[in-house]
Parts: sequence; C-alpha cells; structure tokens
Amino acid sequence: MKVSVKWLKDYVDISISAVDLANRLTMAGNEVASVKVQGANWGNVFVGKLVAINPHPNADRLRLATVDLGQEQHAVVCGAPNLTLGDNICFATLGAELLDGHTGQMIKLKPAKIRGVESKGMVCSEMELGLSKNHEEILVLAADAPLGMPLSEYMGDAVIDLEVTPNRPDCLSVIGIARETAALTGQKVHVASVNYAENESLVEKKIAVEIQSPDLCSRYSASLITGIKIKPSPKWMHDRLIACGMRPINNIVDISNYVMLEYGQPLHTFDYDKIVGQKIIVRRASENETITSLDGVERKLNSRMLVICDAARAVAIAGVMGGANSEVTDQTVNILLEAASFKPACIYITGNTLGLSSESRYRFERGISAEMTVPALKRATQLIVELGEGLAAKGYIDVYPGKQAMKSVELACSRVKSMLGIEISLDGIIAALQGLGIECQIVSGDKIKAVPPYWRSDIKIEADLIEEVARVIGYDMIPLTLLAEPLPHLTPDPIFDLIKNIRRGLTANGFNEVLNFSLVGLDTLQKLDPDRAPITDLPVRVANPMTADMEYLRTTFRANLLNIYAANRRFETGSIRLFETGKIYLKCKNDLPDERETFCAVMGGLRYTESWQNNDQKLDFYDIKGIAEGLLQRLGLNPVFVKAQDKGLHANKQADIYLSKTRIGVLGEFHPKVALAFDIFEPVYLLEIDLKTLVSFSTVEKNYKPVPKFPAIVRDMALIIDAGITHQQVQTIIRGFPLVEQVDIFDVYSGEQVMAGKKSLAYRISFRSAEHTLTDEEVNQVFLDILNRLTSELGAVLRS
Amino acid sequence: MINQLEEIKSRAQSELEHIKDTIGLETWRVRYLGKKSDLTQVLRGLAELSIDEKKSVGMAANQLKLLLEDIFKQREKALQETRILSTAAKESVDITLPGRRPPIGHLHPITQTIEEICDIFSSMGFQIMAGPEVELEYFNFDALNISAGHPSRDNMSSSWIDQSDNTGKKSMLLRTHCTSNSARAIAKLKPPVRVLTPGKVYRYEASDATHTSMFHQFDGIVVDKHVTMADLKGTLYEFVQRFFGENRKARFRCDFFPFVEPGVELAIECAVCKGRGCSLCHNTGWIEVGGAGMTHPEVLRQAGLDPGEYQSFAFGIGIERLPMLRYGIDDIRLFYGGDLRFLRQF
Repeated sequence: MKVSVKWLKDYVDISISAVDLANRLTMAGNEVASVKVQGANWGNVFVGKLVAINPHPNADRLRLATVDLGQEQHAVVCGAPNLTLGDNICFATLGAELLDGHTGQMIKLKPAKIRGVESKGMVCSEMELGLSKNHEEILVLAADAPLGMPLSEYMGDAVIDLEVTPNRPDCLSVIGIARETAALTGQKVHVASVNYAENESLVEKKIAVEIQSPDLCSRYSASLITGIKIKPSPKWMHDRLIACGMRPINNIVDISNYVMLEYGQPLHTFDYDKIVGQKIIVRRASENETITSLDGVERKLNSRMLVICDAARAVAIAGVMGGANSEVTDQTVNILLEAASFKPACIYITGNTLGLSSESRYRFERGISAEMTVPALKRATQLIVELGEGLAAKGYIDVYPGKQAMKSVELACSRVKSMLGIEISLDGIIAALQGLGIECQIVSGDKIKAVPPYWRSDIKIEADLIEEVARVIGYDMIPLTLLAEPLPHLTPDPIFDLIKNIRRGLTANGFNEVLNFSLVGLDTLQKLDPDRAPITDLPVRVANPMTADMEYLRTTFRANLLNIYAANRRFETGSIRLFETGKIYLKCKNDLPDERETFCAVMGGLRYTESWQNNDQKLDFYDIKGIAEGLLQRLGLNPVFVKAQDKGLHANKQADIYLSKTRIGVLGEFHPKVALAFDIFEPVYLLEIDLKTLVSFSTVEKNYKPVPKFPAIVRDMALIIDAGITHQQVQTIIRGFPLVEQVDIFDVYSGEQVMAGKKSLAYRISFRSAEHTLTDEEVNQVFLDILNRLTSELGAVLRS
Repeated sequence: MINQLEEIKSRAQSELEHIKDTIGLETWRVRYLGKKSDLTQVLRGLAELSIDEKKSVGMAANQLKLLLEDIFKQREKALQETRILSTAAKESVDITLPGRRPPIGHLHPITQTIEEICDIFSSMGFQIMAGPEVELEYFNFDALNISAGHPSRDNMSSSWIDQSDNTGKKSMLLRTHCTSNSARAIAKLKPPVRVLTPGKVYRYEASDATHTSMFHQFDGIVVDKHVTMADLKGTLYEFVQRFFGENRKARFRCDFFPFVEPGVELAIECAVCKGRGCSLCHNTGWIEVGGAGMTHPEVLRQAGLDPGEYQSFAFGIGIERLPMLRYGIDDIRLFYGGDLRFLRQF
C-alpha cells in the first residue's frame, strides 16, 4: 500500500518527518519498504507567473521571460517552445540545485550570460526538477498555484510504501493509515463530512437489490447518479492516484479507485442503462455459468463463487472483477455504484480458481468491515456528483442481512504486565486503546471492557488488546529478561549425538559435507540402475512440483552425491570425498512417509593428499571399508561384512554391513555403468548407513574391562591357502581358540612365489591369559592346534 | 683367585673403554659376562675351595659380576647416545617444503551454524528436537491458527504431497516452517517446555540469489506459567549477541503471524552499513531474521493447554541468512551447489 503523506495530512496533523513517520509505522506493525520524497532538494524553487515574454535581441530561438514571484520579478532567458503568457511555472533562483538537462548531473544554478544577455534564474522543465525525462518543455502549474510559494511546499510530497500485514485490511487505506498515525503520534483523525445534493427521484424506484446468498454477501449498498459526463479527472486526483501506484483512466474509474484507496472499501460502477430489469441479484454462480470479465476473457464459474446479476444475467464476479456487459464506457450517462461486503474465503477461492488478482480481491479476502460500505458509497457518490457533473438519486440502497454488533473484549490489566513483562498503569492502557478508537469502560478493579471500532474486526481476544497496548507504547519499551523459571527436564534424542559423532569421524577422514535438495527427478534416480529399468515402485511425489527434477522425495543420497562428485571432478585433481547426512523418505500407505536419518559418503581418486612426495596411489575398496570400520569403532562397535547384492554397485566389490544380525548399511564400489551415467570415469566408492538403525546399537552402555595384568605372547603364522578362501574364514577359526586375544592379518600375497590358484596369508596372533603369564609351551600347543584345524578345514599349510 | 679377579676387572675395564661399536660391545659381553667367560670359570671353580675361601672368593666374584654388568650397561648407553646424537647432527630438512597432510574435511556451513545455534539454546535449557518434514496439514496450518483460506497460507506457498494412490487422504505437505514441530512438541510434552527444532523447510518458490525452494529454519517454543514477552526479547537478544557478537544491535517490532499475539519481527542491524542504510538492507539499516511472539491462545488450546494457566512464547528464524550475513555470502544457492571451492572455506 503506497500512501502519500500529503494525502494523509488531509486527515491528521503530521509534525514529524516522513522518515520518522515511516519508522513509527514500521515499529508498530506495518513495515515501510521505502519512503520516496519528492522535492527534497527543491530549495530556491518557487511558483511564478509569466508576466511578460519578449524576443531575445541576439537569438531567434530564445526569448526573454519576466517571471513574477509575488514580491519580486525576474527576467531570464528561456528556450522552451511552450512559454505562454499568464502561465504559472516553476522558477529557480540562483543557488537552486537542478538536474542538468544535457549531462544528467546535479548543478548549482549560477548567473550566466546567454548570447549577451545576463540571466539570473531559470524556468524549470520536469527533468530539471527530477520529475521526468522531459527536458524540451517547461512544467506548467495549475492556474490557482500561489505565487511565490516554495515549490517543495506546493508540490513536494513523500510516498510511503507499506507492507500491510494480512490482519489489518483497515490499513489498506489512507484513512486507515491516518488512524494509525494519529494513535502513534497522539493526534486525532478528522474526516470531513460528506454532503451532496440529491434530486427528487428515489433510488428505490430505479433499482431493487436482492441478496440470495446472505452467507457470502453480508451487505450490499448502492447509489445511482444520473446524467454524468465521462472525462479525465482533475490533476489533484491524478497526482494522488499516480503517487499511490494507480493509473488514471477517467473520472468514474478514478473515483472508484480513489475512494477505495481513501476508505479501503472496493467499489464497483455499473452502466445503469445496461442493467436489465432495474434489478440487482446477489447469488451463487451456477456450475459452468460463464461471464466475460472486464479484461475481455470468458470466465467459467462454479457454485462456490458469487456473482452479481441483473434480471437476465451475471454482470460481475462479486468482489473480484466486473463484467464486460455492464461496463462503464465513454457513452455512459447513468452510474449504478456498488459498495458491498463479501465473505473473504469466497473471494479467495474465486480469485484463486480464476487466477484473477485485483486490488478489490486483495482487500476483500483480508476481510473488510461491512460497516464500511455506506461511508465509502456516500464519498464516491459525492465525488461523482462533483467531478462527473451528475445528479444523485435520493437516498441509497442498503441491504444488510449480516449486521453484527461489535463484540466487546475484556482485558484484565494485570495480564498486560504478566504477558509483556512491563508495568503499564491502568490510565496508560486506556489511553493507548482509546487513541486507536477503542472504547474502554472499567468494569471492576483492573478489568476493562473494550469495544473496538468497526474497522478493527481483527481485535477479538484479550491478547489482541495487549498487542495494541504494546505497539502504541512501543516494543522498544519492553525490557530484556532471561527465562527465570526452573529448567524443564530434558530427554535428548541420541540420534543428534550419533550424527555429530559420524560427521566428526568423516571430516577427520577428509570428507567434505554437502547439502542437497530433498527432491529429485525420476530420470536422475533411474541413472542409479545400471540397466536403467523404469522405476516401478515410485517414491513419494509432490503434487505440484516446481520442475521435473524436483518431483520426488529422495529415497537415496547416491544420485545427488554422484552429481556433485562429477561437478567437482572438473577442477579437482586429487581425491574427492563427500558426504551428506539427512533424511530419505520411504512411502507408507495412508500415513506420513518413513523419514529415515541416513548418511552417505562417496570417495574416489588419489589415496593421499597430492604432494611433492609423489604418492599417486588410488583409493580402493579397502579404503572405504577402513573408513566404515573406523567410524563404527569410534562408536565401540564391531561390524561384520557380508557379500552384498546391490544392483547399483560393482558385483564383486560390495559388502553389507551388519551389527550382530542387523543390517545397518552397505559399502562398495559403484557399478561402472552407474558412474558412467553420471559422467564419472574412475572408480567411486560408497558407504551408506541407516542411522535410525545404528542408533539402537550406538547407545548400548559400555562396560569397562581391566587393563591386562599379564604379558601377551605374539606369534606370526604365514599360510598357503586356496585363493577362494576368505580372510574371514581363516580369522573366525583362529579366533575360536582359547588364549587367542587378537588376530591381525599383515600380508596378503599371490604371485610368482606361490602356486597358481593359491595365495599366502600372514597373520599375527596375540595370545594372553587373564590369570597368569603364558609359557612358550602353552602357546606352542595352541599354535599347533590352530594350524591343524586350518589344515583340516581349509587345506592351509604353513608357508616355509 | 682374588688376584685373578682383580686382573679380570682391570682388563675388562680398560678394554671396555676402547670399544666404539655394538659388535665390539657384544664381543666384550661374551668375553666377560658370557657362559665361557673367565669370571664364569672362577665361579665354577668355587666348589673346589674351602668354606672360608668359598665365601670370600664367591663374594668378590659376584661383586665383580655386578660391577661388570653395570659398566657394560653404562657403556652400552653411552655408545647408543653417541650414535643417535651423531646421526641427528648430520640430519637436516628444508622446513619450507609443505608438510605431509592428512586429508581434511569440512562441515557444511549450515551444519556449523545449526550446531552453534543448538549450543546457544541448549545452554538456555532448550531441548533440541526433530520432526517430520512431510507434515500433516493439521500441524503445519490448522494447529497454528492458520485455517484454510487464510491469506497467510498464500504467503507460504506449499508443496503438497500427491495422494492419488493413497486411500486415507490425510492431507500432507512439505512443512513450510519448523513451527509445525513446535505444535507437535507442546501437544506431546507436559509443561514446562523449552524446545528448539532446527531443520529443513520447503516453499513452492523459484530459486534466485536469496531464495531456494528448500532452506533451513529453527523454531523455538517455551511454555510455562509466567513466561513473558520480555523473556522472549531477552532470549532472542541473547542469541543475537552470542551469535553475532556483543555489539550487534537487535530490533523488536510489531508484526503479524497467525500463531502468535502479540507478534514480533526480529531484525539485526545491517553489518554492511552499520544501520545507516544500504542496498543490502534496502536502506532500512535493519535485516529481518525471523518472527516471534507470544503463542496465540488458540494454538495452546489446540495442544490441550489452558491459555489461562499457561503462557508461552515462540520464535522462528531462518538459518541460511545467518552465515550469509556473517561471512558476506551473496548467493544462497552456493549452499546447495556442493562446490568444494566454496565448502572448503568454512
């Protein structure tokens, strides 16, 4: 809502600057987006009259103009083609700061000799005053402009652009802002009474109004003005409409806009002679009823919408837009003026369904008091009579089935303190409320019965009154205190700690955290399948996706991470290690999706940071596995890895991660076809863990084990074994023996030194007893037993 | 015999002094302390001596053994020291060559910000909670006093979930604010309540330098018997100063949100112009960071709380803007681009 300060001054005295006013309004709830001051640098520019125009002795195109400023006269050289004797103009005396028409720079006006004639001053163009780009002609002022008045006083204004909150439809008007201004600056609002001449013919004889849907239309007021002349509206109205961001059209349209801006009540004008049967009917539209709106588009309506009809057809979509069939045109002579009150939700649905926005809709859907119709109707009637030279029919129609008394709201003044934390006296509270037009009556002790004025239908409960008090007193006055009540009992969700721990573990291993949008496209998800099979089990879908690649809630982080990997590979030469933690969303029938906290890490490229030591080893499967082992070890967990069958991963390089019998995730190398689908031409490794499952393991309480008292004996065992036997098979057997404390593999070899089809595995086995220091003999015996078992079960022989 | 021991002693000592390396040292050890050493011979010969001689010679031989062991250890240590020191003296590095660095990962700036926020509010007794991102219409709107057709629903253009294959037809959407979880929290927990929910929120909105269709917020709610707006102001100003520094000014102005009354907008002084007005703050000197207020009685009622008995305040603050203001980041989309050249700066 743009409002001109000059216009505001019609209703309230303003002694503070526009910027200060903007600040008060902002603090009190209606944020000012901008303040545009017109004429801030119009010092030394005055209203003058051209009292003489003479030819320039030395130039044909220039003339000598004599300007009367009331007290004094100045003769200057002027080249404008539209110099007309008797016109009122803007005259700049020496020292005025003007925009140079040729350079576009601000200049200070100095005496000049133009073609031999001394000139001390200037008749200004719109451009020189910063009003427009027009530099050819001088600006001509109205005939009644007072001579000698500083131009800033005559034409200066400030336009305040307010972002009115949805609860304050009353502030979508100049009078509404004037009321706010008055309340915040301790002034009173004065609205001039509305009077106009009426003729003898009664309006009721000319038009009848029937409301068939009182649930959607609580009031319909109308007046009739006959014999009007359509013409441009006067300059003052032009200026105000333009200042408030509206385009002047003709006197009738401008008046309805002007009064809407002034009172906040949207109005509609019909060409009375196009209304069939002298009748207005307000009813629900029938299904598929059509109307061509003012913009020439045929609109299909439904029964949730409200239409204004005459005896034959719909003539307007109520509150949203008029119909072309009853439009006011240049030929119109009789005007039927409508001021009505419609149900906000109905207007909202209608506007939304039809995709129509208008100033009228904007106001109606925020809820305008039904009490507003008649004052606005009278004001517009008055203006049409005055500016359209018409005659008003006697009286006005006012069908008001939805009249409601303003409900009073009780306020216990002690609540003001207990809510705001600041002591405000009873008198202070009452003064603040009364300043806003709220009637206050002390009921008992500290209880006030408050009746809001009709335009403040947003005040419904005690808390609303407390806010009114707070914003008039000023939020600045509220002190700063910290919560003094006892701390509540906390039961922290262990998943937060787990996520924190995992994140720290990953960054310590060189992984960079990324964040992706939760929505993905089906195409992208499909790339994760090496066969690119169509996705049959569709993820949770957004009904109104922004774009096709933001249509489905992600069921995996893989696609986003691979995209980011590929994007970074364009400039990263070393290793790329990325991870994300967050949610994946799994569909649940008839319920909210299962949102699973997950983390996913991908890595590829060089194993070590690039350096002058030239270590160009590439990351491999065992790096990502080591990361997984390390992360879980941080949590005190011992995972088991089992060969997995994830379609998106390399068939022979992937493992499911288990904690006892529960699968918590997967790791491995991406299937090369998948990597290629994301334009990645090197092995990329994945680690993916479901944190929702992991958290039940990570929170198990730990028990202390005493530090060993007796020394361990360490023996190495190098085996030759079939290549198909896994490390885990060997390790499990060794671990099963008594006294074995730890088994570590320290070498894996296959090649020339061993037979084809065989490999060599070397283990370091640590033996220890909790009861005594072991002897070589004890250990030797167990060592032999282990070897025998490995030989009989796995065919292993000791490497010599 | 005693003389023999004396002779061994002086011989061993003088030989030891001339030994310069570990091989020599080992030879010496075998010669004087080994199984075939002269000293061992003497000890073996003890059996043939008289009891008195056994005593005196035995004692002297054992003393000599201890002495030899002792000087051996001293010599061994001295040689080791000499070796280490001489090697060290020869070694040198070019200290200007870069170090051998383990790879260093970075937490996302949004994560770092959320962790900082959680730390600040945890220290004020808030419990950190999470809630569903796909939310029921009820908790996102109705429970917050935002009925259908309310213009505030338009201000938060929503992404609704396609339910065409669900028969239950519970209306769901991507939550437009974390306030939905505050509504869940007060419905579930018994007062007193202090809960903070950080998380992702979604709007049906095209991306530009200051908007993305997904971003982060944190939403807090406090319910107790005597919670005031001054407490709200104190809590939020405390947050601003702990996050942005002691000297950063904050502003509390009246604003409207359906779920609070009185309503508040929290703004902080523009860091670029220090409140004088610039393009970043649209010449206002202030940058809005969030909304707040005293929880609307209807919201408390929806959660089964008696607004006559309990008072409550709530606040919701956008997260992206905080690191943007702190680091001077001018495009919100950088947070979601995954560009390592950006992420490694934090």
